[in-house]
Order: sequence, then C-alpha cells, then structure tokens
Amino acid sequence: MPLFRYLLGFALLAFTLLSAQPAFPELTSRVVDEATLFSAAQKAELESTLENHENNTSNQVVVVTLKSLDGYDIRDYGLELGRAWGIGQKDKNNGVLLIIAPNERKVSIEVGYGLEGALPDATAKSIIDQEILPYFKEGDYFGGAKFGVDAIISAIKGEYVSYEVESSSKSFKFTDLIMPLIFLFVFIAGPVFGKKNKFDANNIIPALIFSGFVGIFTWIMFSILLLSITLSIIVFISMLFADPTVYENSSGGSYSGYSGGGGFSSGGGFSGGGGSFGGGGASGSW
Amino acid sequence: MKSFLSVLGVLIIIAAILILPRINNVPKLDEAVNAAWAQVDNQYKRRADLIPNLVATVKGYASHEKEVFTQVTEARAKVGQITLTPEMLNDPKALEMFQNAQDSLSSALSRLLAVSENYPDLKANQNFINLQAQLEGTENRIAVARKDYIKAVKDYNVELRTIPGKWVAALLYPEAEIKQTFTATPAEQKNPEVAF
Repeated sequence: MPLFRYLLGFALLAFTLLSAQPAFPELTSRVVDEATLFSAAQKAELESTLENHENNTSNQVVVVTLKSLDGYDIRDYGLELGRAWGIGQKDKNNGVLLIIAPNERKVSIEVGYGLEGALPDATAKSIIDQEILPYFKEGDYFGGAKFGVDAIISAIKGEYVSYEVESSSKSFKFTDLIMPLIFLFVFIAGPVFGKKNKFDANNIIPALIFSGFVGIFTWIMFSILLLSITLSIIVFISMLFADPTVYENSSGGSYSGYSGGGGFSSGGGFSGGGGSFGGGGASGSW
Repeated sequence: MKSFLSVLGVLIIIAAILILPRINNVPKLDEAVNAAWAQVDNQYKRRADLIPNLVATVKGYASHEKEVFTQVTEARAKVGQITLTPEMLNDPKALEMFQNAQDSLSSALSRLLAVSENYPDLKANQNFINLQAQLEGTENRIAVARKDYIKAVKDYNVELRTIPGKWVAALLYPEAEIKQTFTATPAEQKNPEVAF
C-alpha cells in the first residue's frame, strides 16, 4: 500500500509538470526575449521603464519577442498569450502586449479590454507604423521596442492611476492550489485513515518536520502566511494520529520541481494580474 | 444488511459530492452564454457604427462609385433591423438570419475597400488610414467575441447533454434547451483578400 501511494504521488507530480502550456514562453519578467533581440542592458532598461509604469498606474505592459509564431496569425497568438499569461489586473483588464516576431517579420500590439479607450486600434496602428517599423526596417529592434513602449505608455498614462497597486507576489489563482492539495491528501489521507487512529507520541518529530516543510513550501509558492500556517497545522495534526510506518517508504517522494501553468516566476519577480483581452490592438509587418 | 447499508451510504455520499457542487451550473452557464452574446452583439454594432464615417470619407475621393455606397448603406440598414435577444439564441433560424445579414455587410465592406484601392489619394488620407485600422481591429474583436461565444455555448450544451448535468437539468431546469452557435459560412472560410 505505501508503494502504491508513493507511485500515485509521483504520477501526480509528473502530470503537474506536463500540464504547463508547452507552446508559450514562460513569463519570467516584463520583457520576455525568446528571440534574443536585446542585450542584457537593453532588456534591463525596458524592464525598468515597464516596472515604473506599473508601479504608477497598475497597467501591465509586457514586451515579448518570439522565435516563431508556429504558423499562427500574430493577433490570434497574441490574444491567447495575453489571456494565458493574464496580463493586466483582473478587475481592470489593463494589459498591453507588444509582440515582436522577427522570424515572420511581424509586430503587434495587443490591448486589454480595459485600455481599449486609451489605446484604440487606430492609435496602436499609428504607433506601429510611425514609432516601431521605421526602426525595425533598419534592423534596430531595441530602438523600435523602446520607442514603441514609450508611445504606448504615453497613450495609456492617464487612464488608470491606482494608489493601491497589489504587490505582484500576492496574486495567485486558486487552481494552482489543486495539485499541492492533492499531494497533501495522498501523503496524509492514507496514514490518517490507516489502522492506528489514536495519538502516537512517536509521531511528533516527523510531524513537526513535515508540517514545517509544508509551511515553508507554501510560503515560498504563495507568500500567503495565513495559508502556510493553516496548512502546516492541518498536516501536523493529521500526522500526529497517523500510522508512522507509512512514512518510511513514501518519504522518498519529493515536492521539488512543481511548476504549474500561470504567471509565476521564482523569487520576487513579475506575474500577470489575471487580466483578459478581447482582440483590440493592431499589427504590422516589415 | 449492515454492510449493504454502509455501501449504499457511501454511494449516496459520492453521488452528493459529484452533484451538489454542480447544482447551479445550468443557470450559471446560461448567463455566461448571454454575456458572451452581448459582447458579440456589441462588436457587430461597433462595426456598423464605423460605416457612416467610412462611406463619407471614401465618397470624398470616389463620389461616382454610387453602387458600392448604396450596397453598404443598405446592408448596414438591414443589420440594424435584426436584433437577437437572449431567448432567441435557441432558435437556429434566428441565428442564421442574423449571421446572413452580417455576412452581407461583410461582403459590401470588402467591395468598398477593394474599390478604394483605385484611389491613391484616398489611401494616403489619414482619416481613411485610421478608419481602416479601426475596421481591422473591430473585425478582430468580432472574431474573438464569436470564439468566446462558441465556447460559452459549448460549455452550456455539454452540461445539458452529459451526466450528471442532464439529470440535474431534467429535475430542476426543465425549460433549458440546447443553444445554437455560429457556423463558418463558405464565404467566411474563404477569407476575403483585402490587400493594402
């Protein structure tokens, strides 16, 4: 039985890893340079501009360069990407994506529902034609991106000024809890419903260690202290009443490598605020 | 006897766990369909609203292309006459009428833009350029709204057709019907080539 539970836990771990979206690049920061068009300094400069803008307005503007569109239309790709990453705050949908596909020589600006008034399609088209394409035609990707970003920010600056910008690490989706919770049940449900249903003093130390681990893990993943404390307590109490022999075989399973879909980055980074897109924006090519 | 009762008890618990969280699915998904439809309607209206300005601009440079203007204006009037309320979303005829009217407008628009190709001064006019961008953007939004609507209808229909949704609906929401969705017309599938 312990072996079965271990295998089940492992299978769930594998499934978790595989269920991340394969086609889209990972949202690691506000500038996702998959096609490596920018130097480190250029990337940092763009990131800083975009971060400042978000801190001032809560608007999320993200630049992404793609190795390939995989045959997709750039607007279709942009829509799906914007929705998958959840760019923009959830309640305001104030996100903008600047997508550069040098392989197909296409560029687009994807505008979230909430900014369609500030950045209408015609304006997006003008920005592409007048601020971005002239530089791209010369092969100056950074120039085009920089002036494009500046123009986009000028256009949308007035629209959303929020003094209560949520810190990005707080935003998480409840669906991201499902996998860790399934893990917890697999490793706890068995012992709890096992044969020994009374308090066993031998369990205290493993219970402390394991619940501490769970607490730290959930704190790192979600930065929500209340959640971490609650889960640790649940785990600790469950384990106090558990059958200890179960853990001798199954403690080999590990939590390392869980990576759900959605906009997380490890360590104080940027994540999408859950905003959505409705097809506004424009595209161009050179 | 005791073990039979406990098995029955477990089965009832499992059934409750499966069904109770979904008991409100049908009305929720129904509302989602209505909301998605409102968005589709919204974007089509937006397109219709762009047309007077577009026609006026083109007329400024190509005033004698009367036939094209008439077609567009008539198609737009026809579209304005057809409104689809949420209750009509179950009716395939209603949706077909709506779709046909919008398709006629799409064709008339394509012709108008094709004609504009012959007037370089028109093509360079900033107002015309802006209108084109807006039109392109609106067509894209229409496509997105339709896609979202199709998905909302699919979720609703699937809930009605699969178990346990089917049973819940039969018991609690007997008036719920399968909804209709867009079909890609042959004209659409051909994607009119408007080269600028």
